[in-house]
Amino acid sequence: MKSTLKHLLAKGGPFIGLILVIALFSLPTETREFFLTYHNFKIIFTQTVIVAIGAIAMTMIIVSGGIDLSAGSSIAFTSVVGALLIQREFGTIPTVILVLTAGAIIGLVNGTMIAALRMPPFIVTLGTMSMIRGAGKWRADNQTVNYEGSPINQWMTTADPAGYALPPGVWVAIGLATVTAVVLKNTVFGRHVFALGSNEATARLCGLPTVRLKIMIYALAGGFFGLAGLFQLSRLRQGDPTVAVGLELDIIAAVIIGGASLSGGVGTILGSMIGALIMAVLRNGSQQMGWPTYFQEIIIGLVIIVAVFLDRLRQGKQT
Amino acid sequence: MTATAGLRLVDIQKRFGATRALRGVSFDIAPGEIHALIGENGAGKSTLMKVLSGAHPADAGTMELGGRPYLPADPHDARMKGVAMIYQELNLALHLSVQENILLGAESASLGWIDRRQSRERARSALAQLGHESIALDRCAGAFSIAEQQVIEIARALLVKPQVLIMDEPTSSLTRADTEKLFATILRLRAQGVSIIYISHFLEECRQLCDRYTVLKDGETVGTGQMEAATLDHIVTLMTGREVTDLYPRSAHGRGAVVLDVKAVASEPRLKRASFQVHGGEIFGVAGLIGAGRTDLLRAIFSLDALAAGAVCIVGEGEAEETATPRRRWRQGLGFLSENRKEEGLMLNQSIADNLTLTKQDAFGRCGWINGRRQGQVAQGWVDALRVKCRDAGQRIGELSGGNQQKIAIARLLEHPARIFLLDEPTRGIDVGSKAQIYQLIGELAAAGKTVIVVSSYLPELLGLCDTIGVMCRGELAAIRPRADWTEAEIMRVATGSV
Repeated sequence: MKSTLKHLLAKGGPFIGLILVIALFSLPTETREFFLTYHNFKIIFTQTVIVAIGAIAMTMIIVSGGIDLSAGSSIAFTSVVGALLIQREFGTIPTVILVLTAGAIIGLVNGTMIAALRMPPFIVTLGTMSMIRGAGKWRADNQTVNYEGSPINQWMTTADPAGYALPPGVWVAIGLATVTAVVLKNTVFGRHVFALGSNEATARLCGLPTVRLKIMIYALAGGFFGLAGLFQLSRLRQGDPTVAVGLELDIIAAVIIGGASLSGGVGTILGSMIGALIMAVLRNGSQQMGWPTYFQEIIIGLVIIVAVFLDRLRQGKQT
Repeated sequence: MTATAGLRLVDIQKRFGATRALRGVSFDIAPGEIHALIGENGAGKSTLMKVLSGAHPADAGTMELGGRPYLPADPHDARMKGVAMIYQELNLALHLSVQENILLGAESASLGWIDRRQSRERARSALAQLGHESIALDRCAGAFSIAEQQVIEIARALLVKPQVLIMDEPTSSLTRADTEKLFATILRLRAQGVSIIYISHFLEECRQLCDRYTVLKDGETVGTGQMEAATLDHIVTLMTGREVTDLYPRSAHGRGAVVLDVKAVASEPRLKRASFQVHGGEIFGVAGLIGAGRTDLLRAIFSLDALAAGAVCIVGEGEAEETATPRRRWRQGLGFLSENRKEEGLMLNQSIADNLTLTKQDAFGRCGWINGRRQGQVAQGWVDALRVKCRDAGQRIGELSGGNQQKIAIARLLEHPARIFLLDEPTRGIDVGSKAQIYQLIGELAAAGKTVIVVSSYLPELLGLCDTIGVMCRGELAAIRPRADWTEAEIMRVATGSV
């Protein structure tokens, strides 16, 4: 009985946080009637898509004991690639495939340097963060890349012309989160990701292909960042090489608020999604309350620290 | 000497949630006494030490130190009041110098400025008190051997003139020779009037060193007395609550054909040359001092370290390969048990089931999908067969005691299943009951025609268990003989190279 209660608390911790945050903005009279509405939540969900897709990928990486600081740069770079392809009149499907491939190649390069050359992921991706940002500005000639129009522009609109209730981007994020969560939990690949992060020496001793596994994780994550880049493109309706600066930190924060451990082996997709939502709700609510942006930043920082502190308490009680 | 001198604990109780870790422990130690604290894993020794060193407050009971009530607020307070602790895992800052390590937390300083001359003097006198003036104060602590690092740690404890020094398994990673040196150090401290609480699983050592003993079982004191008057059998009976008649059960096993042929292997940096053959149904022991290359030999065979020379032939698996991987070795029927459960052997924050089946998870399902229920059933089967104390196979393995963790680590090899077992220190740091069980298991494996290679620092274990023993000295496998041709003294003679 006691263990199931603990289990619930461990699983439900971030969820309780989300409910608290929603309650915080639902109660004050000045926001009540605008905040807790279908339309507003449609906006919140749409604003979460990019961070959420990034957080799915980052959860895999962090659970495997790694980190990827180049995520924000990759998203900007792939959005530029997408805009350039649309400019050159590639169809939507080829554009999507090529952008995802571009993201995966970045991940492949990161993964290869980390796994085959045995360099720390923090350093490698700190380096590629700057390189990819530079490459994006170079390919975009240091300006935004504009194009005539593309079906991709409809992915993030809240106008909902086709009657999906939520923009396609939100459905894609929900679908990917579900699939990845199931894969992490129920497949050999998923268990190996956890094994790698929990104790790499054990993974090696037990004959896991650790190098191949790491490269696969970063490459797959790179593909996800490419997809997030497409949604970035859809949102701005142009390729902007200077967008998403520091976004990797939001993504990492979402994963950490969701209960993952930076030392690896612990983390869930559901938690990370809730982490991403908590931050989006905070931003949205603060805006509605008319709080200045600096205040939002302070609050979000505080939430990260409190979340990790609560997690510590929970972990401490388990032992 | 009055009854109030020294340290005295009366009816100490401690509860963690529903678990009564200490049900009533009474214990006393006089100045200048070495007192063995003995008990199986989970008997409450660690909890008692945490209460004593101020890490946990006791729920009930009284503690007196030097006739005055002793109520430490935290480990630092305990240290200042005269109770210092040396943990099994050393706590040194390996990048700092010896002197900085010794003075850590008790620097000689005024207004934040370190007084270098006084610091050196205090560090030097602490080492001198231990008879180890030769340790250079300015070298980094990481440059010293484990035994020397331990001396540095003891010197740090001495800095605040402790009345009671608690040592938790101090010899678990020491060689025989270093153990003797440590004993000399401990006897020196005794002569200076320090009370020493000595916790160890090595009963022979306790017998050799200690004046009195106290046995804990299930959080209670079950026996105490003069060491001289007690027999080991008596102490073991107190610890386990049952008679352990034969720790090393001999199983009938014959020797089959050669299954593994190790030809002049070498690896960087330690392993120079080792050649031997093992047969089906054979238990092959590897003895030697720490640093002689025993672990390196197993790692080279298992391809965890690259071979610098030589070859490892697994009979029936074709030619020896230049570059094999651990993955390939598992497929060839080898299994490796790491000497280091925490850092290499197990994923502590993952479940028992995942730890147990890590080498063959794809066997529990199809096309990469895992059938969690089947995996759980298989793991539960081993949990029951090996009598592992846990809630269920889904429990995090880090929550189990050392002995139970070790059983799971071995079960991984059994489940795989391996036919050649490479076991590095299979009984390190685990309780007598689990030890006996592991010995029995090894015997059964040999009887079933499997091959077992055991590395151990504990000679009675090798002599009790193995058919053949090879002794390593300075990176070379120096001698291989049937067990009957070895004695402890003879093994030590070869291991220390004093031929």
